[in-house]
Amino acid sequence: MMGIRSIAVMLAASLALVAGLSTTEPFRTFMPGLIEGAWMTVRIALVGSLLAVLFGVAAALARLYGPLPLRWLARAYIEIFRGTSALVQLFWLFFVLPDFGISLAPFTVAVLTLGLNVGAYGAEIVRAAIGAVPRGQWEASTALNMTRGQMLRRIILPQAVVAMIPPWGNLFIELLKATALVSLITISDLAFKAQEMNQTTFKTIDIFTLVLLIYLAISLAITIGMRLIEGAASRGLARGRAH
Amino acid sequence: MTLDRATPMVKFAGVTKRYGRLTVIDGLDFAIAHGEKVALIGPSGSGKTTVLRMLMTLERIDGGVIWVEGEPLTHVERGGRLVPADARHLRRVRGKIGMVFQHFNLFPHMTALKNCMEAPMTVLGLPKHQAAERAAELLDMVGLAGKKNHYPSQLSGGQQQRVAIARALAMRPKVMLFDEVTSALDPELVGEVLNVIRKLGAEHDLTMLMVTHQMGFAKEFADRIAFFHRGKIEEEGKPEEFFGNPKNERTRQFLRAVLDAV
Amino acid sequence: MLWDWGYALEILPVLGQAAIITIEATLLGFAMAAVLGLVFAILRMLGPAVAWPVSMLIELVRSTPLLIQIFFLYFVLPKFGVTLDAFTAGVLALGLHYATYCAEVYRAGLENIPRGQWEASIALNLSLYTTFKDIILPQAIPPVVPPLGNYLVALFKETPLLSAIAVLELMQTAKILGSETFRYVEPITLVGALFLAMSLVSAALIRQVERALGRRFVR
Repeated sequence: MMGIRSIAVMLAASLALVAGLSTTEPFRTFMPGLIEGAWMTVRIALVGSLLAVLFGVAAALARLYGPLPLRWLARAYIEIFRGTSALVQLFWLFFVLPDFGISLAPFTVAVLTLGLNVGAYGAEIVRAAIGAVPRGQWEASTALNMTRGQMLRRIILPQAVVAMIPPWGNLFIELLKATALVSLITISDLAFKAQEMNQTTFKTIDIFTLVLLIYLAISLAITIGMRLIEGAASRGLARGRAH
Repeated sequence: MTLDRATPMVKFAGVTKRYGRLTVIDGLDFAIAHGEKVALIGPSGSGKTTVLRMLMTLERIDGGVIWVEGEPLTHVERGGRLVPADARHLRRVRGKIGMVFQHFNLFPHMTALKNCMEAPMTVLGLPKHQAAERAAELLDMVGLAGKKNHYPSQLSGGQQQRVAIARALAMRPKVMLFDEVTSALDPELVGEVLNVIRKLGAEHDLTMLMVTHQMGFAKEFADRIAFFHRGKIEEEGKPEEFFGNPKNERTRQFLRAVLDAV
Repeated sequence: MLWDWGYALEILPVLGQAAIITIEATLLGFAMAAVLGLVFAILRMLGPAVAWPVSMLIELVRSTPLLIQIFFLYFVLPKFGVTLDAFTAGVLALGLHYATYCAEVYRAGLENIPRGQWEASIALNLSLYTTFKDIILPQAIPPVVPPLGNYLVALFKETPLLSAIAVLELMQTAKILGSETFRYVEPITLVGALFLAMSLVSAALIRQVERALGRRFVR
C-alpha cells in the first residue's frame, strides 16, 4: 500500500496534467463536456456510496441479529448481488423492471444498482468487523446489564467502525469504477461523454487519456479522504491492551 | 416471599452445564449467604469460572435452577412451575450482579470515567451529572482519581483492573463476581488490585464470589473456601480448617502442588 | 403471466453458445492476469527504479474503470497500427486489469516467505533465478491460490462489460435477443441466474481448495 504522501503527489500530478492538457488544443475543446460528465459521475458515486453504506449496514445487522425470515432475506440479497454481475443487475433494473410495471428514471436505476451491488459486499465487511470485536466486550456489556441494542450502538459498533474504514475505502473506489457502466443505460456520465466525443471527433487518444486521468484523480481523492477519516477515527478510539 | 438474612443471596440447585458431550458442571448444589465472601479454587478446567459465568448469564445452563435472593435467575414461576424467563426478567435479576473479568474488558474507546458512566446512564437512566459524580467517587475509591480522563490503553494492567472494579460497582450490585482478576497482571501489580478488593470487603456489605489462584489472599479474605474438581465441589470449609486440615486427598494434592510452586 | 417458459427454453441453447464465449474470455483473461500479475509482483521487488513505474501503472489501472480500459485498448491501439478484434481487446483489458489485483496477492504471498529462506539460498550460492523458481515460488504460490480464485470469479463477473464493444458473450446475446423480441425478462434473468449458479459453484470450489491447502500447510 502506498503512503498518503505519495498518493497526494500522484493526485497533484494527475490534476496538473489534466489542467495542463486542457489548455492546449485539441484537448481544450473536450474539456467542458468532460467536466460535465465528471460532475455526473461524482454525483452518482456519492449517492451510490451513501446507499451502499445504508444497504450494507442494514443487511449485516439483519443477517446477524434479525428474526429468522429477515435473516434469510438478508442472506439471499447478499448472495444474489455478490453472485451476479453489476452490469447484469443494471440491465435487469433498467430493461426488466418496467415489465413488472416499475419504471424508474435512469439516474435512480443507476444509484440503486450501485448501492445494492456494493452494499452486498459492504454487508460482509460490516459483519466481519463486528465479528472482530473481542468477545470480552460483549461479556462486559452483558455484565453491566445493557440491552443488545445498547451494546451494539454504544460499545460494539464504535469499535467496529474503525476496522471498517479501509475496506469501505476500497469499495468506494470499486463503486466509482463501476459508475462507468451507467453510460450503457443512457446516462451522460464521464464514460458516456468520452464515447460520444470519440464517435464525433475521432480524437481517441486525447479523449481517453484525459478521461483516465480524471478517473484517477477522483480515485486518489477518495483514497486520501478515507485515509484522513481513518486517522481521525483511530485517534478517537484509543485502543486498549484489554482483550 | 420474605427476604431476610436467612434467604441465601445466591443458590445453585442441581445446576448442570455441558459443552457438547463434556459435562463441566455436574448437578451443583451451592448456597452463598448475604454478605458472604467465598473463594472458588481448583485446577484449571474444574468448572469454577463456569460457575461465575452462569451466574452472570454469560453461559446458558442445561439443568437445574439458579436462585438470586430467593428468585429464579433464568426462570420464572408460572402456575407453580418454573419456565424459562424472558429478557426483561433476566435483566432485572441480572442487575443485582456485577462482574470483574480476568482480561478487564474495558471499553477501549472510552476514558476511565466514561467506562464507569456508560451503563449507569444507559441502563439505569441516571442523568449525566449524577453518573459522573458516582463514577468519580468510585474511581477515587480505587485510587485512580487522577486517571479519570485516561483511556484504557494509557493505563497499566493493575490500573485497568481497578477501573473495571469501579465500573462494576457503579451499577450498585449486591453480588460481585471476580474471575481470576489478577491472573493477567504482572506480579508487582497484583497487590494494588487485591488491596482494592480488601477495602471493598471491609467497607461494604457486598456478597463476593471469587475465582482465584492467590491462596494467601483467599485464606486471609474469604469466609469460606470451595474446592472444585471436575465440575463438583470436592471440599469446602472455613479457611483455617480448609488450609490447615484438608480432609480430601485431592484437595491435599492440589494444595501441595500450588503451595510448592509459590 | 410475465415469465414465458416456452420462450425461456427456446433461447436457452443460444445463451449456452454465448456462455462458451464468456468462459473462454474468463479463462484467457485470467491466464493473462495470473502470469502478468506475477511479473508485476517480481518487478516490484527489483529496486525502486523498476518498482516505481510499475507501481504507478498498477495504481492507474486499479483506479480507473475497466470499461474505459476496454474502450481504450479497442479504440486507441488501432491508432498505433495495432488492430485487435473486439474479443482480443476485451480479453487483454480484463487480463491487464486483474493482473494489478493478482500482483497484490502475489506480493502478500512473497512477503510471507521467511527471510531465512532467502538467506539459506544465498548461503547455498543459488542464482536469483533458481531461488525464485525452486525455493520461493513453490512456497509462495499455493497459499495464494484461494485469493487468486476469488479474483477469477470477480473477473468472470465482469465479462459482461465486453458487450460494450459488441463481443457476443452472454450479456450481448441477451440484449440482442431482447431487442429482437421486445422481451427482456427471460434473457436477462436467465443470464443473471447463470452467473449466480456459476459463482456459487466456484465459491464452493474455492472453499474446497482452501480447506485442502489448509491441511497441507499447517506449520
